[in-house]
Amino acid sequence: MLELRDVSKRFDAAGAGSGITALDTVSLTVSAGRTLALLGPSGCGKSTLLRLMIGLIEPDEGTVSVGAQAVTPDSVLALRRRMGYVIQHGGLFPHLTARGNLALQAGHFGWTAQRIDERIATLSEMTRFPADGLERYPAQLSGGQRQRVSLMRALMLDPDVLLLDEPLGALDPISRSDLQRDLEAVFEALGKMVVLVTHDLAEAVFFGHHIVLMHEGRIVQQGSYRDLEERPATPFVTRFITAQRSLHAGLGETRPVDTRPGDTQSGGRPRGENT
Amino acid sequence: MRWLGPIMGLLLAFDASADEVKIGSKKFTESVVLGEALAHLVRDSGVEAVHRRELGGTRILWNALVTGEIDAYVEYTGTLTHEIFAGRDVHGDAAIQQAAAESGIAISQPLGFNNTYAIGMREAVAAELGIDRISQLRAHPDLKFGFNNEFMDRGDGWTSLRDHYRLPQREVRGIDHDLAYRGLESGTIQATDLYSTDAEIAYYGLRVLVDDEQHFPEYRALILYRQDLERRLPAAVASIKRLQGQIAEPDMVALNARARLDRVPEGQVAADFLAELLAFTADVVVETAVQRLIRHTGEHMFLVGVSLLLAILVAVPSGIAAARYARLGQGILALVGILQTIPSLALLVFMIPLLGIGAPPALAALFLYSLLPIVRNTHAGLTGIPLELRESAEALGLPAMARLRRVELPLASPAILAGIKTSAVINVGTATLGALIGAGGYGQPILTGIRLDDVGLILEGAVPAAALALIVQGAFELVERVVVPKGLRLTSDAAGVR
Repeated sequence: MLELRDVSKRFDAAGAGSGITALDTVSLTVSAGRTLALLGPSGCGKSTLLRLMIGLIEPDEGTVSVGAQAVTPDSVLALRRRMGYVIQHGGLFPHLTARGNLALQAGHFGWTAQRIDERIATLSEMTRFPADGLERYPAQLSGGQRQRVSLMRALMLDPDVLLLDEPLGALDPISRSDLQRDLEAVFEALGKMVVLVTHDLAEAVFFGHHIVLMHEGRIVQQGSYRDLEERPATPFVTRFITAQRSLHAGLGETRPVDTRPGDTQSGGRPRGENT
Repeated sequence: MRWLGPIMGLLLAFDASADEVKIGSKKFTESVVLGEALAHLVRDSGVEAVHRRELGGTRILWNALVTGEIDAYVEYTGTLTHEIFAGRDVHGDAAIQQAAAESGIAISQPLGFNNTYAIGMREAVAAELGIDRISQLRAHPDLKFGFNNEFMDRGDGWTSLRDHYRLPQREVRGIDHDLAYRGLESGTIQATDLYSTDAEIAYYGLRVLVDDEQHFPEYRALILYRQDLERRLPAAVASIKRLQGQIAEPDMVALNARARLDRVPEGQVAADFLAELLAFTADVVVETAVQRLIRHTGEHMFLVGVSLLLAILVAVPSGIAAARYARLGQGILALVGILQTIPSLALLVFMIPLLGIGAPPALAALFLYSLLPIVRNTHAGLTGIPLELRESAEALGLPAMARLRRVELPLASPAILAGIKTSAVINVGTATLGALIGAGGYGQPILTGIRLDDVGLILEGAVPAAALALIVQGAFELVERVVVPKGLRLTSDAAGVR
């Protein structure tokens, strides 16, 4: 279980004394085996929330805990081994090959070369990553392949929690739809606790058992898509949903969320037509 | 690896043995000739001698003598009273002896000749204007003067000469001593300062103006040596004192002419003179050009290599610390920045009281100059790593040292290497100044070449120095291929880095 309790975070702005409040008393619980989508417009604090979870930044107030353990500067290194993080744009190390990127962490923690190779083989198959791509450098890979390597790297140590920050953000539509399906398969197969940050409602609905809509550093509403649509907590919720839908209006059946807002209440999830 | 030999030789030279006499000389021909003569005389007494040639100016030689870096050199009475003991009102031989003794320095009897400063004009110009005394210059305010730079600043130089004679000339410029003769020839200047034993006086047909109001002090040559040398090696001291009272002014002019105008090696000039004077034959070892080149290359690469290595060992960790701790980093960058602004000649001279003369002070100065490019590039390379890559490494749960070693340093390696390359190339050039304080290297032939007006000799230092700079540049490009990870050399629109 991953829990945030009354977490606030301010970033110092240029002006003396004043700061930008990125998060304002946010509380959130993520349970094992569930996929949670953090949704909201740019600057709403969703990426900040993710970075707090893995201890890249510390809250000004409140606590973050993973399992029963609080995320503190002392515990954070150990906790991170139980968490995988897929950063926006992948964050692959350009000086290492795909295999080098994957082996870095496990190698540091003393895995044998054989064990590392086996793990990489398993993950390549699971993420449908071509075997010959492993010896390539990130600069030689396509955007979709880089995201797959980034995902594999996050999964190397078989973490309990997987955090993804806009994993599909930088991809062309075809790669995007491919990876979306593969990601879903991986989540399904592994049954891990997943937190996924997106600004795209369709993506949130596609992946999320549970959607958390954020605005200006606060959680505005959480629940299923139907909850948001039918019982919007504030006018902002309605505005956000309407705006996102109109973006895709007239494109027919390309976006699963628009065509099948369906059975989120029952704990299932909307499906793309190919799944 | 062929240069290891000379390097070892140089290292051994630091460990000067006690029964060896180290002679010094300033960077003008007369001083070098007399230094060679002293070395010959020491060897004749059965004691080993080394001659550290062309060490620079008065300050360097005097400090080296006081600190024991050298044991003896030839100085002039006027320089002692007006430069070394300036402001202490030291007059007369007894007072000079006393003042020198306070620093542990003994003084021989004068060698015989007086090499005073003088003012000279072309014979034809002086005759036309009817000038043969300095006081007569007062009537010609339009004359243009060119004085060597030391003369412009010295206590007994231009300023006091002007005040003493109330000279009205305003067009006075500092110029290299050797170029001043050419200036006289071409008519750009009409008068310059001379040493009265200069060989050029006769060669260029110059009239030496009479110092009719007695401005210039006497510059009688004498040997300064350390008092402890007398105790340590009395035979050597006795031997060099054989030169006392033996060199008349025309003799010195002739010796200078042989070395300066006929380009006979100074060692040979001194040996021939001593053979005639004292009837002993000195062995003159003359290096071939190739031997010289090999020795200078060894010395130069030693200076550059060792100083660069030390700089890397200090600057890379400093750069890492600067990148990690922002406040400390500002301090470190400011400090190495200030070091860089110290003029190189000044820094070399500052090092002498601390480290003596020869390779150690040159190494220290080059080391300090090498710091800035490496520290700054290490700092820039590390702080320039995109946030997402640093956070990716952090999110993997790697401790700080592992992140530095496995991710941050490899990513910064092109910048760090570029900094080292910059330092190395600059060092190759700056190391030529090492010759001024006895560190040898390619600066030695350049210095001697300037002194002797020998372009061939200047090129013997300048061309290899330029070539070495290019070789170093090329070598680093090869090193780059090995050190910089292949993934960073791929030209593609950024992988993960945007």
